[in-house]
Amino acid sequence: MPPAAFIVCSLKRYRMVTIHNPISPKAVRAWYRVHKWSSLICAIFLLMACITGLPLVFHDEINAILQPHVAPASMPSEAPMANVDQMVSEAQARFPSLHPYDVYWDDDEPRVFVYMSPSDEPKNSDLRTMVFDAHTGKFLESPKLGGTVLTLIFRLHTELFLGLTGEVVMAVMALSFVLSLVSGTLVYGPFMRRLRFGTYRREAAPRTRWFDLHNLLGIVTLTWALVVGATGAMNTISTPLFAMWRSQTMPQILAPYQGKPMPRHFLSVDAAVKEVSVALPWAEQSAVLFPNAVLGSPRHYLVWNKGKTPITSRLLTPVLVDVETGRLTVSKGLPWYLRTLEVSRPLHFGDYGGMPLKIIWALFDLALIVVLLSGVYLWLSRHKAPVEKELDRLVRLEKLEAEQTPAAGVLAR
Amino acid sequence: MSHPFPFRKVYGAATLIAVLTLFGLLSALLGDGVWDALSWITLTIPLAVIGWKCSRPSKTPSSRV
Repeated sequence: MPPAAFIVCSLKRYRMVTIHNPISPKAVRAWYRVHKWSSLICAIFLLMACITGLPLVFHDEINAILQPHVAPASMPSEAPMANVDQMVSEAQARFPSLHPYDVYWDDDEPRVFVYMSPSDEPKNSDLRTMVFDAHTGKFLESPKLGGTVLTLIFRLHTELFLGLTGEVVMAVMALSFVLSLVSGTLVYGPFMRRLRFGTYRREAAPRTRWFDLHNLLGIVTLTWALVVGATGAMNTISTPLFAMWRSQTMPQILAPYQGKPMPRHFLSVDAAVKEVSVALPWAEQSAVLFPNAVLGSPRHYLVWNKGKTPITSRLLTPVLVDVETGRLTVSKGLPWYLRTLEVSRPLHFGDYGGMPLKIIWALFDLALIVVLLSGVYLWLSRHKAPVEKELDRLVRLEKLEAEQTPAAGVLAR
Repeated sequence: MSHPFPFRKVYGAATLIAVLTLFGLLSALLGDGVWDALSWITLTIPLAVIGWKCSRPSKTPSSRV
C-alpha cells in the first residue's frame, strides 16, 4: 500500500474508534487516589527540580559568562595534533603531589583537559585541571573546578547535597512523578469527557480556572514531562549502574594479571590513543582514564571512544590498553541498559538542538511548574468541592452552560 | 457505562500532540541540520496550543458527547 493511502486508511479507521468506557467509576476513583498521592509525594522535590533545572538548561551560556575561558589558536581542524604526553608531564610538573587522572578532548573547541588528582576516586573539588591547545600544545589556563553557583545548583538538583542517598531519593521521586503522569492521564479522560479539548473558562471561579489550566497544560506537556521524568530517574541511577557493570566485567579482564608485579614501564598516552584509533577506525577518542584501581583498571589506560554521527556520538565504547605491553582489550560494547542510558541522557538536558531547543525546554519547564502549583492549589482547596464529586459537578455545569450558549456567543463577539 | 467512551473527542488532540512532541524530541537527537529545525517546529506546537487556548475568549463547552 502506498504511504499516502496507508495514512488515509489509518485516519479513517481512527475516526471510527469508539471505546466503551475502559475504566469503571470505581477504578477512576482509585486512579485518582494514585494521582493525588504520587503527585503530593514528589511535589516539593519536583518544584525544586523544575526551578534548579531552569538555569541548568543554560549552563553552557551561564558558564561562558561566569568563567570566560582562554580560546585556543584558530587552526584548520585537520591540522596535526600536539603531543598529549608533553601536556601530561607539564601538568605533573605544575602539581607534583598529584597524579594524572584523566585526559579529555573538548567537543566544541580544539582543547585538551588534563585532570590531576590526589586519589583514584576524587571529588570534583579535589581535581586540578590544566587546559591545553590541542593543536599547538600550548598551556591555556588552569580553571578552578566545582566552585561555581551552577555546581551547587547541580548538586541540589541531582542529589540534595546528600551524595548517593540523595541520588536514590531523587530517583524515587522521579518515578513517583512518572506514576503521577500516568495516573493523571487516566483520570483526565473521565474528567474531560464532557468538555472540549483545551477548555479554559477564564471567567469562571478560581477553582474551575485552575482545574482547566491543570488539565490543559498537563495533557499538552505530558509527553515532554514523561520523557524528562523517566530520563531523570535513569540519570540519577547511572552511577550505581556503571559501578555494577564495572564490577561484573573487570575481574575477568584482570584475572590473568593476578600475582604479577605492578607495571614499571608506562606506554605513552599518545601511543595508546593511536593504537585505539587504528583498531576502531569508525570512532574518535574522547577521553583517557589513567590506571585507576577504583574507576577503571590499575594496569590499563581506559580509552573512551565515540562515533562520528549524531546518534553514535552519544554511544561511548570503552577500550582497555595495557600500560606495559600496549595490548588492547576491546569490550563487546556496553550492555543495553547503559547504551539506552547514554542515548537518552540528552533527552533530560535538552542541550542537543541549539539555543531554540533550550528555550523550548525552559518554556516546557515553566508550564510544568504551573501544572504542579495548580495541582497543589486544587488539593488545598478541595474542601470547596471534593474532587470525588467533580464528575457530577462537571455534568451539571455543562448542562447549565449549554442553556446559556446563545448569550455566551454574543458576549464572545 | 452504557455510553461508548468518546476516545477521539477526549484523547484525540492529546494523542496528536503526543506524537508531535515525540517526533520533535527524537528528530534533534537522531539528526542534525534540518532535523533540528523540524524539532523546533514540532515542539513549538504544544506550547502554541497553550498560548492559543489561554488567550482566546472562553467558549462554552460543546454539549455533544
